[in-house]
Amino acid sequence: MSVLLIAEHNNKELKAFTLNAVTAASQIDTDVHVLVIGNNCADVAKAASQLPPVKKVISIEAAHYENFIAENFAPVVTKLAENYSHIVCSANTFGKNLMPRIAAKLDTSQISDIIKVQSPDTFVRPIYAGNAFATVKTSDSKKCVTIRPTSFDPCESSGGSAPIENAEAGEEFVSTKFIKREEIKSDRPELGTARVVVSGGRGMQSGDNFKLITSLADKLNAAIGASRAAVDAGYISNDHQVGQTGKVVVPDLYIAVGISGAIQHLAGMKESKVIVAINKDGEAPIFSVADYGLEADLFEALPQFLEELNKLNTIQK
Amino acid sequence: MKILVAVKRVIDYNVQIRVKEDGSGIVTDNVKMSTNPPDDNAIEEAVKIKEAGKATEVVAVTVGEEKAQETVRKALAVGADRGIHVKADGIIEPLAVSKILQKIVDKEKPDLVFMGKQAIDDDCNQTGQMLSSLLDWPQATFASKINVKDGKLEVVREIDEGLETIEIATPAIVTCDLRLNEPRYASLPNIMKAKKKPIEQLNASDLGVDVAPKIQQIKVEEPPKRKAGIKVSSVAELVQKLKNEAKVI
Repeated sequence: MSVLLIAEHNNKELKAFTLNAVTAASQIDTDVHVLVIGNNCADVAKAASQLPPVKKVISIEAAHYENFIAENFAPVVTKLAENYSHIVCSANTFGKNLMPRIAAKLDTSQISDIIKVQSPDTFVRPIYAGNAFATVKTSDSKKCVTIRPTSFDPCESSGGSAPIENAEAGEEFVSTKFIKREEIKSDRPELGTARVVVSGGRGMQSGDNFKLITSLADKLNAAIGASRAAVDAGYISNDHQVGQTGKVVVPDLYIAVGISGAIQHLAGMKESKVIVAINKDGEAPIFSVADYGLEADLFEALPQFLEELNKLNTIQK
Repeated sequence: MKILVAVKRVIDYNVQIRVKEDGSGIVTDNVKMSTNPPDDNAIEEAVKIKEAGKATEVVAVTVGEEKAQETVRKALAVGADRGIHVKADGIIEPLAVSKILQKIVDKEKPDLVFMGKQAIDDDCNQTGQMLSSLLDWPQATFASKINVKDGKLEVVREIDEGLETIEIATPAIVTCDLRLNEPRYASLPNIMKAKKKPIEQLNASDLGVDVAPKIQQIKVEEPPKRKAGIKVSSVAELVQKLKNEAKVI
């Protein structure tokens, strides 16, 4: 029994969540192999080989793997799958897009977004926006599983020295063409892995007012999140959305500002260690999950928050 | 051009679900049911494409118990031309649904298949990708913008890093994000008209698809509850608590 983990990367670096996925994979079986598919991505394969739980890295490079098109990836993974009991991947948009395409080819009922490994065939996964946890057992001999990365600790990033093998590329799927990717570059910590997240909702009233969130985030070295309402209203771009259909975050500190707390939003943040809610509506559901609730007008509270932080001698980074 | 749209009946997104005491599942008796929200976006987009003169027919299909037909009827009320209801009881896993849809595609020969990117009940996010895999068609998942061109679609996808644009040749599958459009409400006259539109009834077994689950649900439980928090009276108190009590700043 061996586990094949499909690495998420950008052809230069491994995505941080691959380390969390490696931890989950190693809980399924100790024989973890990492598959790196990309273009000119030797550095990624090398980084994967240094992860201590990894026993082998398989690298497949070709120009048509440059942009991670699932239609190109699925056939090569399906071919390699013969040698493995489990095919796993992070449950990010990369893995969500790719894994079902592999599972269908293998005639396997995929298990999405696991938060716990109970045994090699039994997993726990959230359903109904995290309002229930289901323990599920699969009868498929080959198992396709996606992993909620925030539910597993990352493995060490160095110390390992797994061999790197090259495998043959597959053919290009010509009916799907990559056009462009609009990535918002930022010096801030990544939303998924930040220690602190400051999020704004509909209560921010405009994109311009998000500056208040930005200032607070700067001070706390935090990532910026948003509710779906704020993204729909165009206050901020979609990559900031936290919730059932956005990102799941588990920071040490989550500050929800002007967010009412619909269950779809809570699904993405309620596992945070400490939750702060600032909202002028004292009945807002967000207060039901907040460790510290402040019933206040955010346009007064946020400038005061900055002032109070400025008075502190030190702020954790 | 013909567009097939798959819709699913789920517990309404506003309902606070309850876990059954015996751990066997979720309480569904006397609970409000609706169309899975992003499936409404899928129907809306198909109808808009037809209204723009770029499609000739929109067919709505669902897989599920007797009452799932309501979901198809609703799609007809907002502009789908006809419906197909594939009857199947119990939990039908995405793999089985995609195999059923593959049979419907073989029969209907649509140029496009639309559906929501994920169902809000099981949160699987699989069916569209599985269907395109079975058909070996291109897939554009998590679509927030669709531009129909001659024999092709340009689709903007919402990904973790931001937005990605791809071009896919038809026939193809698109899974829709909530931001794709604003679904319309059905008007009363259109609801009345929809009652006369045809819905073809089929059984999953007639299509030769084995719908027996491959995944056993051992138990369903409530997630651990958070401890009740406190209300603070001022920003100064909040910062003091975060610094000295929670020790997170």
